[in-house]
Amino acid sequence: MKRRTLLKGSLSAGVAGVAAAAGLLTPQLVMAAWPKAAFEAKGVDNAVNSLLGSSSLTASSDISIKAPPIAENGAVVNIAVSTKLKNVASISILVEKNAQPLTSSFNLASVTEPFVKTRVKVAKTSSVIAVVKSGGKLYSAGREVKVTIGGCGG
Amino acid sequence: MANDWKVRATLKGGTTTLKALITHPMETGLRKNKKTGKKVPAHFIQNLTVEHNGKNVCQADWGPAISANPYLSIKFKGAAEGDSVKISWNDNKGKSDSHTVKVAVPK
Repeated sequence: MKRRTLLKGSLSAGVAGVAAAAGLLTPQLVMAAWPKAAFEAKGVDNAVNSLLGSSSLTASSDISIKAPPIAENGAVVNIAVSTKLKNVASISILVEKNAQPLTSSFNLASVTEPFVKTRVKVAKTSSVIAVVKSGGKLYSAGREVKVTIGGCGG
Repeated sequence: MANDWKVRATLKGGTTTLKALITHPMETGLRKNKKTGKKVPAHFIQNLTVEHNGKNVCQADWGPAISANPYLSIKFKGAAEGDSVKISWNDNKGKSDSHTVKVAVPK
């Protein structure tokens, strides 16, 4: 009988796993699952809503984005985001005019400073938006990057 | 898959700065092969984790809009010289790789 219960237990765990994969649970709870819908979403609002569960962004001057004002090669654009906001849970970087605006999202531990630097592709002249989740609220800032050559070619 | 990793973790004033350069094509799935006219299938890193002595420091979800051969830099507190920092990733084709470096103090 014990073996039965064990089997049943593992079966229900399997069901929970499938539910998680289908996106029924919030992405915060399922760290390992890649938020496919958020990355495929069109438009900044849709992407942020899908990723972080809300699209109400508060503009904040405490977020600083370092990006080149003119990018000669849109395939490689250096972006550094840092913020003075406290208790930062995640930093997401979006490029407004890319077909799929969400480029990346970083979930930070408490020992990690709210700083992220990476390189993204920018298809055409667009605003680069950083969304910072701090204390359960979403803050954002944007910065324009001019692209002189197309960036999606790779 | 032969991967070159260029990773450095330097400790200065209590803060460890991690800089990592990963070799990965990061194909969007939209680019066409000029010779065959066929689309190059998407191939990009989806999940990336940074661990300090086995503790999660940063967990990132990436899309195809991260540039080829991705660069990443983050900063975190609480590390000492000689601690291990491990970066690992897996991509949409199910491949994964990881690399571990020791925290160094610049002389």
